[in-house]
Amino acid sequence: MRRIGRDDAPQVTIEFEGEPLTARRGDSVAAALLAGNHRSFRTTPVSGAARGPFCMMGSCFDCLVEIDGAPNRQACMIEVREGMRVRRQRGAGDIGLGHSTGGGREDTP
Amino acid sequence: MKSRYDIAIVGAGPAGMAAAAAAAGHGASVLLLDEQSEAGGQIYRAVSRQNFKDRNILGSDYYEGLDLVSELASSGAEHVTGATVWQVSPEREIGVSKDGTARMVTAGQVILATGAQERPFPVPGWTLPGVMTAGGAQSVLKSSALAAPDAVFAGSGPLLYLVAYQYMKAGIPVRAILDTTPRANALRALPHLPAALRSIGALMKGRRWIASLRAAGIPFIKHIEDLKLTGTDCVTGVEYRRGKRWRKIDAAQVFLHQGVVPDVNLAMAAGCAHRWSAAQLCWHAETDAWGETDIPGIAIAGDGAAIGGALAAEYLGRIAAHGALHRCGCLGRAERDSLAAPFRRALAGEMRLRPFLDALFRPPRRLRIPQGDATIVCRCEEVPAALIRESVALGCLGPNQLKSFSRCGMGPCQGRFCGLTVSEMIAEARGVGVAEVGALRLRPPVKPLMLEELAALAVEPVSMPGKR
Amino acid sequence: MASSTHTADAIVIGGGLHGCAAALYLARSGLRSIIVEKDHVGRHASGVNAGGVRRLGRALPELPLADAALAQWRNIRDLVDDDCGFASPGQVKVAETEAELQALKARRETLLAHGFGHEEIIDAKQLRELVPALAPHCVGAMRVRGDGHADPFSTMQAFKRKALSLGVRIFERAPVETLQKRGGTWRVTSARGGLEAPVIVNCAGAWGGRIAGMLGDYAPVEVQALMLMITERLKPFVKPVIGAQGRSLSFKQFGNGTVLIGGGYRGRAEPERNLTHLDFGGLAANAAAAAALFPAMRGARILRCWAGIEGHMPDGIPVIGAGMEEGVFHAFGFSAHGFALSPIVGKIIADLVATGAADLPIGAFSIGRFSRPAA
Repeated sequence: MRRIGRDDAPQVTIEFEGEPLTARRGDSVAAALLAGNHRSFRTTPVSGAARGPFCMMGSCFDCLVEIDGAPNRQACMIEVREGMRVRRQRGAGDIGLGHSTGGGREDTP
Repeated sequence: MKSRYDIAIVGAGPAGMAAAAAAAGHGASVLLLDEQSEAGGQIYRAVSRQNFKDRNILGSDYYEGLDLVSELASSGAEHVTGATVWQVSPEREIGVSKDGTARMVTAGQVILATGAQERPFPVPGWTLPGVMTAGGAQSVLKSSALAAPDAVFAGSGPLLYLVAYQYMKAGIPVRAILDTTPRANALRALPHLPAALRSIGALMKGRRWIASLRAAGIPFIKHIEDLKLTGTDCVTGVEYRRGKRWRKIDAAQVFLHQGVVPDVNLAMAAGCAHRWSAAQLCWHAETDAWGETDIPGIAIAGDGAAIGGALAAEYLGRIAAHGALHRCGCLGRAERDSLAAPFRRALAGEMRLRPFLDALFRPPRRLRIPQGDATIVCRCEEVPAALIRESVALGCLGPNQLKSFSRCGMGPCQGRFCGLTVSEMIAEARGVGVAEVGALRLRPPVKPLMLEELAALAVEPVSMPGKR
Repeated sequence: MASSTHTADAIVIGGGLHGCAAALYLARSGLRSIIVEKDHVGRHASGVNAGGVRRLGRALPELPLADAALAQWRNIRDLVDDDCGFASPGQVKVAETEAELQALKARRETLLAHGFGHEEIIDAKQLRELVPALAPHCVGAMRVRGDGHADPFSTMQAFKRKALSLGVRIFERAPVETLQKRGGTWRVTSARGGLEAPVIVNCAGAWGGRIAGMLGDYAPVEVQALMLMITERLKPFVKPVIGAQGRSLSFKQFGNGTVLIGGGYRGRAEPERNLTHLDFGGLAANAAAAAALFPAMRGARILRCWAGIEGHMPDGIPVIGAGMEEGVFHAFGFSAHGFALSPIVGKIIADLVATGAADLPIGAFSIGRFSRPAA
């Protein structure tokens, strides 16, 4: 998307997928990404399909991203902060839990 | 934030701002909770930010919101921003999260002013990145001055034309407007025209937008009967059908719209009664003349109860505020009635146009109920139309059973973008009315709540589980 | 009211999992039954429970039934032509202190003395290997291999489908209005007309006490609304079902990634209106228990909370067996742990109806253990 209107707004630099991205103070994370011409924000946990922001008002939960390591954050509802690290949400959220190794689907004696 | 208020209002759009401003100053403590960082709601989003030097781009109707914002600011109501309300109980306990902390606030009177959301538009490809609602396009235009050159606008309704018109005013090229308003709607709207003509100014505004768009040479293609959005990782094109003929245009950005519907999640989760509106094809809250629902002390004002637009919402907000003030003993009956009278008159005038608009922009059945089997209905759980029809064939009678059959409506959006479609689809498949099929039963929290926030909630349990 | 009268060998009151299982087994014994259900099949506890299939922690009298039921679950497809989403990743009850671990060890000794060896004790290291996401302070656990869970919805649908395929008739939206015995025949009136049969099976769950009263028996059922909550989808991190010795907690991750959290915290039930109300204080305590055992879950988000209506008995074990009047049989009051038992209880009821005796000891579940309070 293209930025129009005033161009004197203070800037904020965030990181998206490890790359610096310049945004404006007051932008939502979704707006900042759209301004950087990113349309695809995540993949779904069900089919792995790509998704991007849809409603931009916090209703649809399609713009989910990982922010500073926390999964499933609504990009359209969170304002950018200097140094914020944003990544695409890939499938289901990973909250940094160890993955179970013991006990399979069948754990019979 | 205190733990108790006389009046708590949820949502700082026109209805909520007006309600808070009207309620304050009568001796009642008034709390206004809103998710955004500043007042305005969707319609007046970011109005105080001064993102545009040229006020012609967003237009004077938008800047009308500045008066409400300043009225609210000087009213004495406590406006809490960044506050997500995730439940309201029949006992008027409001669960609210702010800055990662959840708490319960109790109110003597609650006014829900949750506003509207886009009506679901379940066509093939509507989940692709690059496809957004027209309301979403306008949000990002207002709050971040962002626009997508060469976008296609598809659908029907004033908001669609308005956003395209705002793009044009901003000098952003629009590739095409694909209008899905059915040809027959004009005829159906005709009986409502005499009443609407008394609001001729508002009526002409829409006509002027469309005329200007056409005059600027933007393709405005009418009577489109079918839409498909194509692409794999992102949208790349729009296919559309007029009569028997399919055509295709390339598009990297598509904005969809077929009207707005009340955001009912909070009210339904509270247990407020709703009825199906055949005129607006959505659920309306059962409210009395003061916006009060069947749950004493919980009122709904504005588009959250039934769609009436921003000005109606403002009047309804003020009316609901006076009703709440009376119920909490701050206003006598006669005083309440006389204070509310001018807003009732203004409301009546504002509503004259509504039946005409409802009829003219009534979305056609085939764009409300997916025709193809593969079209996604539930965006969160990726439930295709076929699975819903199969579930009905297996004996599923309503949307609540459908959750178990298909997981439809069980994702984070809590049915906001599939609930209406599902109720209508089941009704069609069963050959009964939508009212008989009912709505998705909504569960708190109506917005996801972090486990640690819930865990830290300072509320004593009524009982603890007994050890076996 | 419809004037037709339907006759059968048995009328089963309640279209939950137990009612459908009883009707299914009756059909296998060659007995024709009609299920009358006041709402729709699986509307209440059968449809909104956590699907636990466990022996861990069960009261002693239930263990023979739970053992037999588990054998049925392992071959559930043979019974209902569907796997019901059954998985057996084991169940674990965590000890957070040495005292709690001692209590678990004592319980194991008690069970061994009664001939049950399924509960084993694991130490902190084994526990960490089994459930790496657990808080490091946990000192050990009781583990039951072979326990697990099934999907309540597919289970309910499968039992209903199978019952129907065996000729069971199901009348939904048909609350029982009157119940009378004339000669050797029970007559039920409902919105779907009259029904007659020599046998009544009361599988009315939370409403079982009321039906028992209409049949001349007494059972003090307490109606409760047990609350559950579920998270958004998360990457898989825990396989067994987790409980705790020192906390009220039940914690389980489904195959789709969502995590179900419960623990017997109660909301408020309005059984006459089919309504439940949540108590956020209880949900907060439940969330705190989950967060204490799984610290990394703190940032996970809860999508929905709800409560289901269930019938509880004062001693926490169900009513199973014959009633005072001839031709009356009860199976209700499972006190929030009846899901796993449903296939075996269905068989027991059918055996009782057909032969007057059950293969398993059910004396402890007799309705006669409750005495009517003095007027």
